[in-house]
Amino acid sequence: MRPEEWRKLGLRDDEYDRIKEALGREPNRLELGMFSVMWSEHCSYKNSKAVLKTFPTTGPRVLQGPGENAGVVEIGDGLAVCFKIESHNHPSAVEPYQGAATGVGGIIRDIFTMGARPIALLNSLRFGPLTDERVRYLFEQVVAGIAGYGNRIGIPTVGGEIYFDRCYQGNPLVNAMCVGLLEIDKLRLGKATGIGNPVILAGARTGRDGMGGAAFASVELSEETEAPDIQVGDPFTEKLLLEACLELINNGDVEGIQDLGAAGLTCAVSEMASRGGTGMDVELSKVPCREEGMTPYEIMLAESQERMLLVVTPEKEAKVHAVFKRWGLTSTTIGRVTEGGMLKIRMHGEIVAEIPAHSLAEEAPVYYPESKEPAYLKTTADLPLATIEEPEDYNTVLLELLASPNIASKQWAWQQFDYMARTSTLVGPGSDAAVIRIRGTNKALALTADCNSRYAYLDPFAGGKIAVAEAARNIVCSGGEPLAITDGLNFGSPEKPEIYWQFRQAVAGISEACRVLGTPVTGGNVSFYNESNGEGIYPTPVIGMVGLLADATKYCTSSFKAAGDLIVLLGDSADELGGSEYLALIHGRVQGKPPALDLAKEKALHHVVRTAIQQGLVRSAHDLSEGGLAVAVAECTFENQLGAVVEVEKGVLRTDSLLFGESQSRVVLSLAPDKLSALQALAEEENVPLHVIGRTGGDRLQIFIDGNQYVDQTVAQLRTVWQEGIPCQLP
Amino acid sequence: MKFGVIVFPGSSGDLDAYHLVKDILGAPVEYIWHEERSVQGFDCLLLPGGSSYGNYLRGGALARYSPVVSAVVDFAHQGGLVLGIANGFQVLTEAGLLPGTLYTNTDTRFRCHFTTLRVENTETPFTRNLDRKQLLSIPIAHDEGNYYVDAATLQKLEANGQIVFRYADQNGQTTEEANPNGSVSNIAGVCNETRNVLGMMPHPERAGEAVLGSTDGLTIFKSIIKYWEGRQ
Repeated sequence: MRPEEWRKLGLRDDEYDRIKEALGREPNRLELGMFSVMWSEHCSYKNSKAVLKTFPTTGPRVLQGPGENAGVVEIGDGLAVCFKIESHNHPSAVEPYQGAATGVGGIIRDIFTMGARPIALLNSLRFGPLTDERVRYLFEQVVAGIAGYGNRIGIPTVGGEIYFDRCYQGNPLVNAMCVGLLEIDKLRLGKATGIGNPVILAGARTGRDGMGGAAFASVELSEETEAPDIQVGDPFTEKLLLEACLELINNGDVEGIQDLGAAGLTCAVSEMASRGGTGMDVELSKVPCREEGMTPYEIMLAESQERMLLVVTPEKEAKVHAVFKRWGLTSTTIGRVTEGGMLKIRMHGEIVAEIPAHSLAEEAPVYYPESKEPAYLKTTADLPLATIEEPEDYNTVLLELLASPNIASKQWAWQQFDYMARTSTLVGPGSDAAVIRIRGTNKALALTADCNSRYAYLDPFAGGKIAVAEAARNIVCSGGEPLAITDGLNFGSPEKPEIYWQFRQAVAGISEACRVLGTPVTGGNVSFYNESNGEGIYPTPVIGMVGLLADATKYCTSSFKAAGDLIVLLGDSADELGGSEYLALIHGRVQGKPPALDLAKEKALHHVVRTAIQQGLVRSAHDLSEGGLAVAVAECTFENQLGAVVEVEKGVLRTDSLLFGESQSRVVLSLAPDKLSALQALAEEENVPLHVIGRTGGDRLQIFIDGNQYVDQTVAQLRTVWQEGIPCQLP
Repeated sequence: MKFGVIVFPGSSGDLDAYHLVKDILGAPVEYIWHEERSVQGFDCLLLPGGSSYGNYLRGGALARYSPVVSAVVDFAHQGGLVLGIANGFQVLTEAGLLPGTLYTNTDTRFRCHFTTLRVENTETPFTRNLDRKQLLSIPIAHDEGNYYVDAATLQKLEANGQIVFRYADQNGQTTEEANPNGSVSNIAGVCNETRNVLGMMPHPERAGEAVLGSTDGLTIFKSIIKYWEGRQ
């Protein structure tokens, strides 16, 4: 074989040698193709594996950590929650509707593959500025694609985050998270066990779509085949597949099960066999194809959506086919589980590929790419506050911040998501975290996805750490106990030492926060090569977090509830403007260090807020993030259009730091005045600073500093600006 | 009184309707698979929301040919109570049990939010517990909810009292702003001439508990039960 053959598939010369070694001979073209997709970064994590191993992944509740289709965490009552986040960035940049839709479809399959009933979807989306026409098209189509898939399949999309920044202009980020619920004894893994057991392929027929989407584009292939390269989602088939698979799993009819995603059939057969310590003998002429004359190469590498691979016992085989038939789905026995760990792929009986399953699934090389601190950090780190002029008119600044698409209401998007399906959404999109009750129990789950990538750009370690802390703070403000995380790690090219340094730092920051806050990493996704025109995106480590409410009635939302309540700020404010939305929007600078985060203080804050909610002391809780104190208080007034008078003391702080700085570990609460002493006692016990900063009431938001009025606006005006921030940029 | 919830391939609101009847109303309820040819033993049939057959072609256009729909049509013709919600409404128009059709929303987007409905006719089995012009808070979740009939049919619907719900604002005015999808004359729900079949785009099964934001949908189900009990 000529070097061009493997190089054009993205394999390095030393990787080719390794393949020859694994086979004891030269690979044929199909075998080479199978190795190229399985040893791609997307499937093998060869560039990130060593770093990901440093994540804390264990805990008393963790039933399944990284390495399976999704993580599983125990929540009592014999139940567990299964969840994962995954990126679909590149497909969404090319074909935003289908890219986003199939991203949702893929993550849903990862969840029901484990035997869990999907109950909620979240998403984390990033685009360039909405002033750009192509960006508006991407934004509208991504939102429509998520809606088109999630709504049709009947799983509510309950939360997430959307940000806009120039660094995502050519490379939007579309991360989708799915959360499912299962009875612990129904947990199923992607393992091929039981020598002689039939291997069944079910669901959609296999077409030529998504060939080599696992990271490689093969010029020769796309010339040979005229089919488009884009996967197309079919939520209807997925809904049937979901119901059929859950019925089979719940009846105990399945030994092992895995969905077909990246690298298609190649990945499913090799991973299932490898995990089971077995081999497989597969006959490709049995695979139902959508098109005539598909080659073994195409069948093994196609990424057609809505397909599952199942291993069942011979006694159950006929029954399993009958269940798929009743759901109107195609299912075919395409092979058997064999002894000895060898994958034998046949076409009409003739062996066309013969590879040890383990070498495909597990023996990809592990790389330790070079890493180097990026030079830009030397210039961004320094932020002499004296050079930042303080605004004269704070009303205008507050209105500008509320209208910034990063802070403005995301209702334009989430109103297109059916967030009420399954009638269990207690708190939908727009609050700090979504809250979903668990039918048949008194419990509820709190769900969120968070990242501030500007922080991660200015200090990847701090950015990773803060993303975890903010996610946990959102869970806590909703009344939940943070349980565990899934991470969506979006970065530029790992071949650049500066980017790899960002990656390592972010992982280290996430790990430190997860250790202290007791939220292990149960899985996730790494997406490298997010660049356009040689410019990487900001490092964007998105944290998807799941929390538990033991009592579903004790949830909390961010909005003020009653006039005359006290407004309390927990936590301390500092002169921290680095990386803030205020600095970027008003002064056009992405600079400084992100705000400092003391994890011990953060944890103490969580304890106070959660206890206060559980004891019924507070009526609202909202964490402070982009836009700081002024924006947070304004947001609390919107839902019930209930105003507030805030009076604070400046002390040694700058006025803009006090109002718009983004110091960490802070929460705004509202409570009936007679509950204050109990809250004070709680805060004192945990050494959490408590400041009574005002009262709710009226139809205006007024902010006084040292007795002087800095903000005076009607709630209606603030709310309009906040609501129109995104729609007014769309035609 | 026994409720039946029809399950088409792609139905998803079946779960919500089932739980509302069973857990909140405490009435007997069973799922009915789309291949069933008989609906014997049921007193009220619910055609749920969702995307039957993926809403391919048109919402409800394919489900209409399910074996169970023939049984639903016979049941309706014999005076049986049928409530079609969202996609279920689309199936009923496709099956010819209700007049009109449902186009794509005028802004072409999926919309999920609470709407205010004004009760237009209380002389139906579904609304007898309600007051005329009463306002209900019930959510919508659809992208094909734009109800259309021609002018002559509209006049006939008005004359027959077949318009059961209209989208209205907080003051009960049927303004353009209150109309979420472009439906003709702000129509949110219609019944047949004999008033035993109701179709509506809003989801009353999602408005059955205070924790979900409203209990106004429950009154529709309670009306059904009261009507049925009165008939016995």
